[in-house]
Amino acid sequence: MLHGTTIILTSFAYLGLLFAIAYYADKRADSGRPVIASPYIYSLSLAVYATAWTFYGSVGRAASDGVGFLPIYIGPTLMIALWWVVLRKILRISKQNRITSLADFVASRYGKSALLGGLVTVIAVIGILPYISLQLKAVSNSFTILVQYPEIVMPAIVGAAPMRQDTALWVALILAAFTIAFGTRHLDAAEHHQGMVAAIAFESLVKLLAFLAVGVFVTFGIFNGFGDVFARAAAEPKLRAMLTPLEGVAGGYASWVWLTILSMMAIMFLPRQFQVAVIENVDEKHLNKAIWLFPLYMVAINVFVLPIAFGGLLRFPGGEVDADTFVLTLPMAEKQELLALLVFIGGLSAATGMVIVETIALSTMVCNDLVMPVLLRLRRLRLNERRDLTGLLLGIRRGAIVLILLMGYLYFKLAGEAYALVSIGLISFAAVAQFAPAILGGIFWKGGTRVGALCGLLAGFGVWFYTLLLPALARSGWLPIGLLEHGPFGIELLRPLQLFGLSGLDQINHAMIWSMIANIGAYIGVSLSVSASADEHRQASLFVDVFRQTGGSAGERFWRGTASVPDLHSLLSRFLGSAAADDAFGEYASAKGQRWPSDRLVADAGLVHHVEMQLAGAIGAASARIMVASVVKEEAPTLDEVREILDEASQVVVYSHRLEQKSRELEAATSELRAANERLKELDRLKDDFVSTVTHELRTPLTSIRAFTDILLDHPDVELEQRKKFLGIITKETERLTRLINQVLDLAKIESGKAEWIESPIDMKEVISDTLAAMGQLFREKGIKLEARLPESVSAVKADLDRMIQVMLNLLSNAMKFCDREEGWVGVTLLERDGCLQVDVRDNGRGISPEDQAAIFSKFRQVGDTLTDKPHGSGLGLHISRQIVEHFGGSMWVASEPGSGACFSFTLPVGAVAGERVA
Amino acid sequence: MSDFENKGQRFIALCMFGILLFNYPILALFNVPGTVFGVPVLYAYIFIAWAALIALMAFVAESDNV
Repeated sequence: MLHGTTIILTSFAYLGLLFAIAYYADKRADSGRPVIASPYIYSLSLAVYATAWTFYGSVGRAASDGVGFLPIYIGPTLMIALWWVVLRKILRISKQNRITSLADFVASRYGKSALLGGLVTVIAVIGILPYISLQLKAVSNSFTILVQYPEIVMPAIVGAAPMRQDTALWVALILAAFTIAFGTRHLDAAEHHQGMVAAIAFESLVKLLAFLAVGVFVTFGIFNGFGDVFARAAAEPKLRAMLTPLEGVAGGYASWVWLTILSMMAIMFLPRQFQVAVIENVDEKHLNKAIWLFPLYMVAINVFVLPIAFGGLLRFPGGEVDADTFVLTLPMAEKQELLALLVFIGGLSAATGMVIVETIALSTMVCNDLVMPVLLRLRRLRLNERRDLTGLLLGIRRGAIVLILLMGYLYFKLAGEAYALVSIGLISFAAVAQFAPAILGGIFWKGGTRVGALCGLLAGFGVWFYTLLLPALARSGWLPIGLLEHGPFGIELLRPLQLFGLSGLDQINHAMIWSMIANIGAYIGVSLSVSASADEHRQASLFVDVFRQTGGSAGERFWRGTASVPDLHSLLSRFLGSAAADDAFGEYASAKGQRWPSDRLVADAGLVHHVEMQLAGAIGAASARIMVASVVKEEAPTLDEVREILDEASQVVVYSHRLEQKSRELEAATSELRAANERLKELDRLKDDFVSTVTHELRTPLTSIRAFTDILLDHPDVELEQRKKFLGIITKETERLTRLINQVLDLAKIESGKAEWIESPIDMKEVISDTLAAMGQLFREKGIKLEARLPESVSAVKADLDRMIQVMLNLLSNAMKFCDREEGWVGVTLLERDGCLQVDVRDNGRGISPEDQAAIFSKFRQVGDTLTDKPHGSGLGLHISRQIVEHFGGSMWVASEPGSGACFSFTLPVGAVAGERVA
Repeated sequence: MSDFENKGQRFIALCMFGILLFNYPILALFNVPGTVFGVPVLYAYIFIAWAALIALMAFVAESDNV
């Protein structure tokens, strides 16, 4: 016999077991060995999606619509296929920005807007209330039915119980106490509830096993397998239509499609799904397993829905038993006490799991995004000065949990009886679907703005309220039913169920179409027509480009302001407690390689950002921004700072210019060096040439001397005449050798700069006259006519007298050598013009070819065919002469035409001793 | 990153494939009387296609060397 006491005791024992699991998981987490760090636990915790609605309601829906319940599970499967793209991004964003709830996510995305966070919270709470009431209804109904065992009586017939026995109220209160114990034992900066997740995963297992047990019992216990169930259903004329149900049911394919879309949104944006999938996620990699394990779970829990539904319809053909209760009533009808109790526990699992996670998620949102921002703005409360706010935060959350569950109970009392379980749940699905444009738009589209999101949410929620919630209240008798039939104030166009005359759709499709048009239209339209603030731009790029950022320093770049370290520390310890604050500061310091505690007083941007993120983990992004702003002097960059930045920039430009210049100079120096190197190589080559030429020139006279001395030595009987001649040649060659050596030495001296120059004012006219006088005898001996045309007087030049005589002797002896043999003539002229003295020495010899004129001043260059002509000198004379003239600032050149003699000329500047004239 | 993008594209393709499987007109093809191993055609189709889609998702999700 099942007794009320037995059921209650079993229920409490089960809840106690859950609490033990949660406690154990929390202890393990504290000691650093978390049990939930597993993809399997993560996947099972996601199955919190399957609530009492799934457990009892699926069969109810299947009993009327056949496969009509399936889109609610196929939709999530399709959405999960996109998780790799969508949820992974949301996970990354949430971890980087320490998001604590759905509302926090939206608020944070749109410039940490407290208003938006508050709106999302309000929508979520109001939207989820029907869903929570559904759980209360399921638990209290199943309890009421089970207590009647072995009779099967529907709760509606049992009638209203007195307050003391109002099961739903007790269920609400017990669940509130249980949730408070689970979720708000302490404040976690990361909002991780490891114990809760472990318990939820366990509950997912229990409800799956319980449902499978009923399924197996009905399919193989009452009937003989799937084939038998369906065959017997096909035999019933009433049920035959349900075997190909898509044409028969209201809405048909349109209903199917909208349910799919709706549940795709629900799996992402139900606060409890966001809580377990995003907030409680400890490792992104768990997604790999969850992507297929969670859909598999949904398949498993749905396999037996149709057999149970048909089984129920066949077993209770009179329709006296509500299809929503088939799961429980079938075992009861077959007198399976223990199975019925297991089913009740399974349903309790499904309901408590949903209620716990949902209310924790909602209470976090209410606390962080609704109450705290308001309290913090109320200066009268002086919250900024309170030492420790952790107690206050926990208090608000506990209050919110109780309040939400009581409101759920109230909704159950007001409107719950009028609808089936599934319809109640779908109203909530439609409410959370309103978040889709703001969130999905927010993570993929940078253009979405705060005002756009506000307008979209308000519009969508407004339509939802008008087309779904209002009719629910009206049908329950709390509003005049005429509102539905004739529209407000009798305006037919505004009838909530046929808005603007749109009819022929079921209620959910109708509401979804209008609310989505309003929501998406307002979101995009307003976003495009108002411009975003700097804060919004920053958050938009942080969210949309989350995969392009490296590390957690993304927020720092955008922050500027000053804050003191003690202020920040006391702020953090007020919300997290002193120990946690110390941990947070130590963590930051060690990450930056600094010491903590440090004696630094001014916090850098990174530390302020770190504190804000820690705080955001506890009280949400919007509140954290307000709190940090209260101790930080956040400022726009001043003019000086801008100037400084500009200065830095121009400094860089200057540096770069300098660098460019240096590199150009370096290039020039390099090419100079290269040229010098070339010259050095050339000189080296010239030196080699010079040495070999000199050696050659020395060998010629030596060979000749050697030859004649050999002759004289070998032939002592040479005639005297001959001997004299030979000795004459030897003398001459020796002289030539001496002269050559002298000249080489002379040249070496000049070229190395070691020659001694005795500079004094000299009179060139005198130099020429003296030279001519000295050479006169030689010319006369050779019969060469020597003519000189010298001016009366010339300016003095500064030069070395001996050297100038050397030059004149060289030129004259050359002229003598090369003038015509028969009628030799040499002319010397001196003239002064353009501040220079010019000396010309002409001869009437055969002249010099143009090719040779340039080369004639080189060392050892002798004009003429060296093979046939006997060399007439060392080949150094002209070279040395030119060096001497150039040393005194003059120049030397030759002008000649082959066949008509040559004219060697040189000039000397008179400037050095200007004005001094020599008589 | 290209591996990741590749994986993402495979999932998007799977999602589109799933939308095709569970929608008009493919669904209508199986909305006919008759049974497969005693199970109505439509129910059998939905569960088999569903399981196949999940198998494909498992394959893509667990493959590391995409």
